[in-house]
Amino acid sequence: MSLNALWEYANPKKFIQTTDRVLPWFAWSAALTLVVGLIWGFFFTPDDYRQGSTVKIIYLHVPAALMAINAWLMMLITSLVWIVRRHHVSALAARAAAPVGMIMTVIALLTGAIWGQPMWGTWWAWDPRLTSFLILFLFYLGYIALWEAIENDDTAADLTSILCLVGSVFALLSRYAVNFWNQGLHQGASLSLDKEENVHDVFWYPLVVAMAGFALLFIALVLMRTRTEIRARRMRALLARERMGA
Amino acid sequence: MIALLVRDIRLAMRAGGGFGLGLSFFLIVVVLVPFGVGPQSALLSKIAPGILWLGALLACLLSLDRIFALDWEDGSLDLLATSPLPMEGIVSVKALAHWLTTGLPLVLVAPVLGVLLNLPEAGFLWLTLSLALGTPALSVIGTFGAALTVGLKRGGLLLSLLVLPLYVPTLIFGAEVARRGAEGFDITTPLLFLAGITCGTIALLPFASAAVLRVNLR
Amino acid sequence: MMPDLGKYADAVLSSYAVSLVLLALIAWLSLRRSKRIKRELEEVETKVKSNG
Repeated sequence: MSLNALWEYANPKKFIQTTDRVLPWFAWSAALTLVVGLIWGFFFTPDDYRQGSTVKIIYLHVPAALMAINAWLMMLITSLVWIVRRHHVSALAARAAAPVGMIMTVIALLTGAIWGQPMWGTWWAWDPRLTSFLILFLFYLGYIALWEAIENDDTAADLTSILCLVGSVFALLSRYAVNFWNQGLHQGASLSLDKEENVHDVFWYPLVVAMAGFALLFIALVLMRTRTEIRARRMRALLARERMGA
Repeated sequence: MIALLVRDIRLAMRAGGGFGLGLSFFLIVVVLVPFGVGPQSALLSKIAPGILWLGALLACLLSLDRIFALDWEDGSLDLLATSPLPMEGIVSVKALAHWLTTGLPLVLVAPVLGVLLNLPEAGFLWLTLSLALGTPALSVIGTFGAALTVGLKRGGLLLSLLVLPLYVPTLIFGAEVARRGAEGFDITTPLLFLAGITCGTIALLPFASAAVLRVNLR
Repeated sequence: MMPDLGKYADAVLSSYAVSLVLLALIAWLSLRRSKRIKRELEEVETKVKSNG
């Protein structure tokens, strides 16, 4: 598929038609992978010799954290597309993704706290990664609040896109600032893709399935919510036109 | 541009312009802290740099919604937008005026309030310097937030929600300079970072604020 | 069938419960709003057509 063909999906009608076909696939495969990954992780993995059964929490914690960051990244890209090419679907997709990303951030924070209680002996520590996620959560809050506060669709899309750009720069800055401020207790990136040998295969395979499940769920939710936003926008436009005519 | 600056400063100084408000707020926060944490001077001197930075930041936040609100209400913002001045220039002048009327007085009174909190002697210079370096960034970032929320009826609360996360890096490095200075450690790294953030925001953020303001005036 | 979770059973079970509830919540909210907006849009569209 050439890149030009991709822009066709920026047409709201085309987007709705296409997602009509693919959305069920995404939804069912998300459900299936999530169930398989989480059941595999919960029932059929051994305990870690050091962390005991709490190691089972990573099948939720790591995928949620991954998607929390990827959701912001997606919002950044769609915001850029809106600023440069002014495709409504793009701006609405960013709006649709924000609450999902925020939920992922909350899951990552909560499961981290529940895991930290027995492991580090505290629910919360001002460790750089925890702090960064808390700041990410605040950014999601502000972004969503700004969308809700503005009535005009295009103004809202413009303002939130710029906020997303500026916010991304400051989120990155905060990440480094927080690292500098406190070198914490979090283990290094032992779960990142390039260091997969750090995690034993027994834990790694179900984790990959769970990550795929979270990613598919995110895609399915964002597609569905984008369709909702497109329809809501069309409805507002129709109502406004009718008021003008009457 | 200078005329605009003078006009803004004069407006802020006038009664009801909120000139004294930030300063009084800063004073009250600093007075309230010992009531909250107890009067032990050892504890107070340990947390003094952080409290002073936080107080200055909140006092700065207090007057942000006034940057554009008055001009928006009486329509002079539309006049400014059609004037030959570039929007980036208007935004920068607004930020400068906000700093001169809010940030600078805060920097000047911070050492006095430091005495109240038993700030260690070595800390005074670094506290003042870090505030002097950091508050311009607070004003510029705040101008961006004010530009975002200018047309909204209940923008005040939203403004804080939007601006506070953006203040995190400035606060971390600024307070770190003051804390390390007070404890007699090396302050070079955070000081350079703080200066970098301030220069970066002054150079780049006015473009974002101007873009946002143009959208809001459309 | 239930695996032996040892002394950390509370932590593991509560994090699974919390996460699944949150995921179900966002999915349910999205689905509900999707259905509602779809229905409302159809109503508005038929109304506009009959008027025009």
